[in-house]
Amino acid sequence: MNGITDADIRAAAERFPEVFHESSRVVWGRRALFVGAIAYFAFCVWAFEITFERLFGGLHKMGHVLYSMVIWNDFLSWDFTGILIGLGETVGMALLGTTIASIFALVFGFIAAKNVVPNRIIHHVVRRFLDLLRGVDTLIWALVFVRAVGLGPLAGVLSIIVSDTGTLSKLYSEAVENIDRKPVEGVRSTGAGRMQGYRFGFLPQVMPVFLSLSLYWFESNTRSATILGIVGAGGIGMQLSERMKVQYWDQAAFIILLILLTVALIDTLSKWIRMRLIGKREL
Amino acid sequence: MGSSQADQKSFQIPAGRDPVDVFERHRAELERSRLTATVLYGGLFVMALAAAVYISNFFPDRLAAGVPKIGDYIYDILPVLDPALLFADSKTEGSVAYWYFNLPKYVQLLAETINMALFATIFGAFGGLILCFPASRNLAPTGWIYFVCRRYMEFCRGVPEVIFAIAFVWAFGIGPLAGIVAIAIHSAGALGKLFSEVNENIDTKPMEGIRASGGSWFDEIRHGVLPQVLPNFVSYTLLRFEINIRASSIIGFVGGGGIGQELYYVINFNFYEEVSALVLLIVATVTCVDLISERVRHRFIGRENLVRENLA
Repeated sequence: MNGITDADIRAAAERFPEVFHESSRVVWGRRALFVGAIAYFAFCVWAFEITFERLFGGLHKMGHVLYSMVIWNDFLSWDFTGILIGLGETVGMALLGTTIASIFALVFGFIAAKNVVPNRIIHHVVRRFLDLLRGVDTLIWALVFVRAVGLGPLAGVLSIIVSDTGTLSKLYSEAVENIDRKPVEGVRSTGAGRMQGYRFGFLPQVMPVFLSLSLYWFESNTRSATILGIVGAGGIGMQLSERMKVQYWDQAAFIILLILLTVALIDTLSKWIRMRLIGKREL
Repeated sequence: MGSSQADQKSFQIPAGRDPVDVFERHRAELERSRLTATVLYGGLFVMALAAAVYISNFFPDRLAAGVPKIGDYIYDILPVLDPALLFADSKTEGSVAYWYFNLPKYVQLLAETINMALFATIFGAFGGLILCFPASRNLAPTGWIYFVCRRYMEFCRGVPEVIFAIAFVWAFGIGPLAGIVAIAIHSAGALGKLFSEVNENIDTKPMEGIRASGGSWFDEIRHGVLPQVLPNFVSYTLLRFEINIRASSIIGFVGGGGIGQELYYVINFNFYEEVSALVLLIVATVTCVDLISERVRHRFIGRENLVRENLA
């Protein structure tokens, strides 16, 4: 059954030229893209002053860093208490910051929801305010709060509170806007009062979402709290960046490993809590 | 609540017992166990919270001393704007031009920041693209390659960009190069994970077809997998670009280039009005990029279903 001849192929190529040869538009488009990519690459190499000397010198140094990260010297003399306190501070900052931010978000989330506060002006003002809190990175807030309340974890907690109030309020308000009115009406139709309508028709819909969001943000904050110490806002970041600055790469590697372990632990814990509280449903 | 399915397993009413009584007793039992759990875990949570309060010195007296200072600081960094002179030239105090007298420098730094994010995102996407196929359960050629790729990606996305940047600043010197490499590595890990999740949900029939006609593993990936996953990859890469804009605006804090370096400088030297000028500019830029990239993303895939957990 090999009935396909060269003549058949030629006939097919004549009937469906676009299958056998790409149109010139596609070919030229691809060439333009290629030239553009090369030009952009060349521009970046020039703009960022990437030279072979720097690149290979840097890679050589990185090789040294990786080597010293693996060879651990005087392991027993390391400051384990300091490191563990730093880790504890990091998790504590994330926990406290997320909890307080969730409480604020409960207030702002309802105010920013269109179906709770229908006034357009209030809605816009609150939304833009939250955008501002959210738009400024946690690390920038931390730097500002270190100037205001001094070095230490308090500045870190405050920065987490402020930036997370922005994020969580927005997400909470979206959850509130997405609720189904029917359960509330159903509860009301059985003769329940206004508050009971909210309690049994409204809260059961939004609480799982709120909890899930806060838990997720707790995980995410544990990650971001590890770097707040770099600007002096408490936590393990201080220990880590100091050791990196004096090139104790082995101790830095140890701390990084501990951070990865802690974050993995928190992930597992929060997954377990989420399963227990709200079942298998995902965000 | 979550365990209610297990509790409702085939519940048999013993003969000769009042069903209502059995129901009430069962209900009381469930409520009791729920109460115990609430008290137990609530207590644990409160204890953890108390420990956190103690560790971070979150005490009323420190707050009372600190919070007013935050207000003072914010008052300090706000510009003095005189409504009558708002549009005067940069020499007049009280005008917008006076507040933003350094605008040309800021714009140049902002352009550098955006360019850093773009360049790093491209490299990170390439890294993720190379890593994601051997790190997908259904595509990995052998078990140990899968394992190595997975662990490597976990390391890359587990370590924050800023930490990478500290090491690279030491290696490459202060400047954008260190920041770009740091962001690219972190992005490669984060994108590789997202990409491999997309890969694990593909239809395997095209691959089988290519294997049946004698294609190699690379042929299978190129012609069987890539066409299916590319729109999702582009969408995730754009999302990463938004995240990287934020990262590149702060990576200058540790010497990684971009506008963060300037921001760090003006905050530490208390050039108050410049702090607010820079922060507003950064927020505006980040918001603009978000809006544009969101538009583009929706063109690539209509309604995306991003699980938030994957973004970290």
